[in-house]
Amino acid sequence: MPGAANSAASLSNEEILRYSRHLIMPEVGMDGQLKLKNAKVLLIGTGGLGAPLGLYLAAAGIGRLGLVDFDVVDFTNLQRQVTFGSSDVGKPKTEAARARLSSLNTDIQIDTFETKLTSDNALELFKDFDVIVDGTDNFPTRYLVNDACILLGKPNVYGSIFRFEGQVTVFGMPDGPCYRCLYPEPPPPGLVPSCAEGGVLGVLPGIVGSIQAMETIKLILGSGDSLAGRLLLFDALAMKFRELKLRKNPNCPMCGEHRTINKLIDYYEFCGVRGEEAPAPNVQVPEITPRELKSRLDRGDDLFILDVREPHEFQICNLKGHLIPLGELPRRVHELDSSREIVAHCRSGKRSAEAVDFLRKAGFRKILNLKGGILAWSDEVDPSVPKY
Amino acid sequence: MSVKVIIPTPLRPYAGKRDSTEVKAGTVGEALGRLTTEFGDLRKHLFTEDGKLRSFVNVYVNDEDIRYLAKENTPTKDGDTISIVPSIAGGSSFFTIVVSTASPQLVIPSVARNLLFALCLLDLHLLAFFCI
Repeated sequence: MPGAANSAASLSNEEILRYSRHLIMPEVGMDGQLKLKNAKVLLIGTGGLGAPLGLYLAAAGIGRLGLVDFDVVDFTNLQRQVTFGSSDVGKPKTEAARARLSSLNTDIQIDTFETKLTSDNALELFKDFDVIVDGTDNFPTRYLVNDACILLGKPNVYGSIFRFEGQVTVFGMPDGPCYRCLYPEPPPPGLVPSCAEGGVLGVLPGIVGSIQAMETIKLILGSGDSLAGRLLLFDALAMKFRELKLRKNPNCPMCGEHRTINKLIDYYEFCGVRGEEAPAPNVQVPEITPRELKSRLDRGDDLFILDVREPHEFQICNLKGHLIPLGELPRRVHELDSSREIVAHCRSGKRSAEAVDFLRKAGFRKILNLKGGILAWSDEVDPSVPKY
Repeated sequence: MSVKVIIPTPLRPYAGKRDSTEVKAGTVGEALGRLTTEFGDLRKHLFTEDGKLRSFVNVYVNDEDIRYLAKENTPTKDGDTISIVPSIAGGSSFFTIVVSTASPQLVIPSVARNLLFALCLLDLHLLAFFCI
């Protein structure tokens, strides 16, 4: 294991053989490979983007790789988080990633930080690394990573995805823009991430994360043209790459001429989100549990089941409810009979809570939200209903 | 001037699932106005209630951010491309505002409102209050 204190001055014979395909390129050579060996890269997130990042940076011989993630491997992660295998489900992600990456490359040092990145620990965590790579999945952390990098003067290789689109750029270069130059304001409070829109083509983070790995390596080698000052947009379905100019905002409160932000703030408050990554539902509505619903149905109560999910979700599994996707509810509310008792459900209970709140404001009085949605129905009443 | 407007993934459900459309416009503001006329559901996602472009919506003409040009007055010519670029972060997107911005008052026809009021009158609390 290379010691953290001293820079490596040479490569062993084994390393020369391992990295021979790098070494025979003049763009890399021995000097370049030594730069990679002496580099310290911190990956924020070991999920969809973190998977190709970890794999390719380890393969390239980055001497010290840090992995920050507080999550455990979930079965639904395996569709895209290719560092993990079926046997890793339930393990902390940093532990599973460390095992995979060190089996790929026993020469590198892998430091794991099984912790949530916060304003209290970010500066301390970042300070010993040369490049920070942002592979996270929520807005507060994006702003936190950005600000910490600007305060410490570290480049931030940014990549983000949504369904089948991706964005990549490099923030935090000396005369370059930062995340706040691009998005000075976060999304508004009261945002409810739609569970139906949370899907993603598994291979998309594979592509975007690989581009991030490429940009990280180029930064360390000092070769090629980095994406600093350019926003790369990728549309996987159209298979098109586009590029937009990213300008440094001279009035940016973080990296502009007159900085007004000198320390890390409460990013959840900044983004209007309290508590966990997923905002707490800001509606309190009357509820019914799956077990209560089952006993009322068995008793023969006349209940109208309203399903507010999307048609493709209805195909996966359903409670034979009347399907009105949440977004269509305002237009189709006439299909509902306010004199009947209605139980609204969705996948996990969030969208249906919004539906119940909306209908109550529209004057419906006999309406309940199925607590926990069809997922809870599967857990508590009928395990033959598939979960997704 | 015929310009192409590229619609980002999070907005496609509100634009008839299209990924782009052509509009005739001489400025960015005109183009976005025509876009939201053609696809009414897009309006609340792009504009605030008082008609201003939402501050976290990034709009580009070709590859230039309109904030560094003339904002909504940026002129457009034939063949230009307008891109709307939202902030994205995994499963979240600020464009996933759905029912919460809809106004419930719009959807109740007066007959139904009268019926609901009648139902309320049958409520014992209200009976007592009105001394019926």
